[in-house]
Amino acid sequence: MTITTETRPGSAAVRNRRQSIQRSVVILVVITVLAAFAPALLPESSQTIAVRVLIFAIMAIGWNLMSGYGGMFSFGHAAFFGIGAYTDVYLLEHFGWSPWISLVVGAMLAALVAICIGYLAFRYKLRSAYFALATFAFAEMLRLLATNTSWVNGTTGFHVPLLPDNSWSMLQFAANAPQYYYIGLALVVICLLITMFYLRSRTGIHTVAVRDNEDAADALGVNVMRVKLTTMALSAAITSVAGMFYAQYFMFVDPDIAFGQAQSVQAIAPAVIGGVATLWGPLVGALILGPLSDLTAGWLRNPPAFLEFLSGRGGLDVVLYSILLIVIALVLPKGIVGSIRDWWKRR
Amino acid sequence: MTGPTNAGGTVPSKDGTALRGGSRATSRLSLRHSTPLIVTGALLVVLFIAALLRSGSMGITGQALLTGIISGGVYSLLAMGLTLVFGVLDIVNFAHGAFLAVGLYITYEVAHQAGLNPYIALPVAILGLFVLGVLIQLLLLNRTMGGTLERQLLITLGLSLLISNVLLLAFGGDPLSANLKSDPGVHVFGAVANLSRVIALGGALVLAVLVFLLLERTSFGRAIRAVAASRQGAGLVGIDVRLVYAVTFGLGTACAGAAGMLIAPFTTITPTAGDQFNILAFVVVVMGGLGNVMGAVISGVIVGLVEQLGGVAIAGQSPLLGVFILFLLILLIRPQGIFGAASS
Repeated sequence: MTITTETRPGSAAVRNRRQSIQRSVVILVVITVLAAFAPALLPESSQTIAVRVLIFAIMAIGWNLMSGYGGMFSFGHAAFFGIGAYTDVYLLEHFGWSPWISLVVGAMLAALVAICIGYLAFRYKLRSAYFALATFAFAEMLRLLATNTSWVNGTTGFHVPLLPDNSWSMLQFAANAPQYYYIGLALVVICLLITMFYLRSRTGIHTVAVRDNEDAADALGVNVMRVKLTTMALSAAITSVAGMFYAQYFMFVDPDIAFGQAQSVQAIAPAVIGGVATLWGPLVGALILGPLSDLTAGWLRNPPAFLEFLSGRGGLDVVLYSILLIVIALVLPKGIVGSIRDWWKRR
Repeated sequence: MTGPTNAGGTVPSKDGTALRGGSRATSRLSLRHSTPLIVTGALLVVLFIAALLRSGSMGITGQALLTGIISGGVYSLLAMGLTLVFGVLDIVNFAHGAFLAVGLYITYEVAHQAGLNPYIALPVAILGLFVLGVLIQLLLLNRTMGGTLERQLLITLGLSLLISNVLLLAFGGDPLSANLKSDPGVHVFGAVANLSRVIALGGALVLAVLVFLLLERTSFGRAIRAVAASRQGAGLVGIDVRLVYAVTFGLGTACAGAAGMLIAPFTTITPTAGDQFNILAFVVVVMGGLGNVMGAVISGVIVGLVEQLGGVAIAGQSPLLGVFILFLLILLIRPQGIFGAASS
């Protein structure tokens, strides 16, 4: 589909890549058209689920770019999500800036922070587990700072002020307005397009090359540091957009929501379940994980006989998705999309 | 303290030198590698003075010192289990904090449901978590041994989520407690610590020594060290590597369970109570050098002190902030830990 790790003769690879991106764009158009009809088909109450799927998807697309294609396992994407969310609410509360401007500011800020983390980490040659732990520590540090810093309201966090009318410029609509869904869908499509074209660009190709064999790429004259930092910055920027959109939709942000460990997991899980380093994996994973919490909450409201003892208890959704995560990691390390792709090729 | 790290320096200290015979313990602290330790000691002194100046009271600072040593002792025990699992199995076990939470809930059950003294839960927690760990290694992780680090990280991450949410399902999210019936204060050099905390420190140290003796003085400990040094070599001389893996993982989780039990009397018991300790254990493990058991014990106390003294020195911020700053500094400047030799 997209760039694979197999080596192919040069010209064939180029042709393959051109074909694959054309095919990817066609698939994306089909998915977008189908998804555009979803609000008409689904009940209004399921809008929250749909938006959650879209937010998961954006986060996972961002994570996948850096950790899947770039091979830099991040365990702290909450940092970038939180920066996006906090930039939005802060600029809104203090300066009344439009979320669209905050989107750009937040993305730039997240990219900048990613470059700082990345530069330090790669300068000191942190790899695999150490790198994951460093990103994790960084996100936790931001959470602690946000919790104890009064000018970002400490533990209280921010509420997005309610407007009397729908407003495109302030990205706020009546609850359950379909606009949220369409904006989210547009953001997902843009993020996927960015991923596609980035991976086709010179830097993108170098990113995968560095992941597969850093020394070889270095020997061939690839500027490893620059390539890694560019990928990290782009990944962080994409994830920050999810934070901004989250803040606008749920209208509330606090340090645990924005920078908590759970948020980092929510960037990882859809990508892993759907398929690491596949273009559609994050989307597929988000479609599976997004509805899970509402589904289980629904079951437990009117529990079937064998779940009676769990009525009123929370946590079943995460139990299911952690089991899914373990099973996928054990049985299908390439995720759903990756496994289907392999099976398709082997036929 | 550890010898040369492996070529390329991607994941240092997989050589298991830290697990060598006890007679070498003194040579490990030789001058050659002691500079970082001296620097750390100096930093602790600076932190102590900063805390003293900030609070302006010897009483507060002395109290922080005592609390730091006590929580540090528990971190040592906890981190021993984590570093053992990393050193022998090469697994970054993200579920370690969740295992500690299981220890907390076992204690709660014993103290509240059975109405017994919480300390009766200690053997239950150790045994229960040992069995749980062995089963997890046999059923899940043994299948992925030698796989990518990310894959195992994901599995343990999944396990961590699974355990804390099963606890949430079973016990609900409300905070619980397993207090002692009477928990008098004990005076130590003018500072006060509750009896339960003093017992936690003593218990943690005794258990840490036991684990250390098990590794150094028993034939099974030798087998574990052999696998840590070279799994192929260990396999060739007839050691059942998979069994060693399972028992080592069980030992690691048992350490977490024991730590959980020991802190239960003075800890708010919630399903996610382990998360914070998970992070702290990682800080300790990286600081001591991944896989270095003695390093973890010493670093545990250092981290406890940094947390408490830092909390006084940087008033207004969370005490954990100082720990994270320390963590990032160590990751960046000495990823091999303060006891490790410089990596290539």
